[in-house]
Amino acid sequence: MKTMKTKKVAVMGLAVALAMILSFVESQIPPLFPMIPGIKMGLANIAVVFVLYKLGWKEAVTISLLRVFLVTLLFGNIGLLWYSLAGAVLSLAGMIALKKTGLFSEIAVSVVGGVLHNAGQIAVACILFETDKLLYYLPFLMISGTLAGVAIGLLAGILIKRIRVEV
Amino acid sequence: MKEADNKKKRLLDLMLIGGVLILAAVLLLVFVLNRRGEANPSGGACAVVRIDGEEAARYPMSKNGNFPLNGGTNTLVIENGYAWMTDSECPDKICEHMGKIHMNGQLIVCLPNGVIVTVEGGEDSGVDIFG
Repeated sequence: MKTMKTKKVAVMGLAVALAMILSFVESQIPPLFPMIPGIKMGLANIAVVFVLYKLGWKEAVTISLLRVFLVTLLFGNIGLLWYSLAGAVLSLAGMIALKKTGLFSEIAVSVVGGVLHNAGQIAVACILFETDKLLYYLPFLMISGTLAGVAIGLLAGILIKRIRVEV
Repeated sequence: MKEADNKKKRLLDLMLIGGVLILAAVLLLVFVLNRRGEANPSGGACAVVRIDGEEAARYPMSKNGNFPLNGGTNTLVIENGYAWMTDSECPDKICEHMGKIHMNGQLIVCLPNGVIVTVEGGEDSGVDIFG
């Protein structure tokens, strides 16, 4: 196994911490549209997109999954772990694939991440509840996920341009 | 793969975002059309409670009352033809904020406790599928 550079460990630690704080901040914001559960900004994705561009896809996967587990343990809801995991995994897969094509900017990458996060959660809900009724939320979440994704992508884009990370 | 230049990326970004939004609109249209085609059985509307996918209970919307669900993790209130959730044990209380439902297909979901409440056999909501 290749040893990780100290600097990289430090940067990744910072990124996990940032993702966790952003998750916490977001959890304190009351939902804008309470009638449709799942609409959210996805602030933590700023850290994930940043790491995806600065360090690479393996590091982004590490950051994202660590965040899910730590946030769930610290101030999340253990009953929702599967939803968070499915959302995170699907979102990561989509973002990594889209970035690999080299055809899109971090905005589209973040949009796909946001929409797939919602789609993953709905998929888990449909499986666990054995119902397709929850699919009705999908179009609404696709729209909200797109809007949130654009905002997050713009923010992440600024950070990617301005912050220098040498590892 | 070769990186596209920034201008081209912006254009492809916009196309992708547009594509996602169009897909959302199409799905919405399909759901609305499906909903309209559904038969509306006569007889009073019911609040149907499903726990982990299994139908657990059915309460007529015409009868007022408080009903503990799922061994008391949530309480369903029915009053004057509207149903809503109170007293969820979970920390998020998302289901309590989902509002009052009364039209066909509207739902209240409590993910952590695995509870879904839907209205069946009620009034159709017309265009907006969430009423």
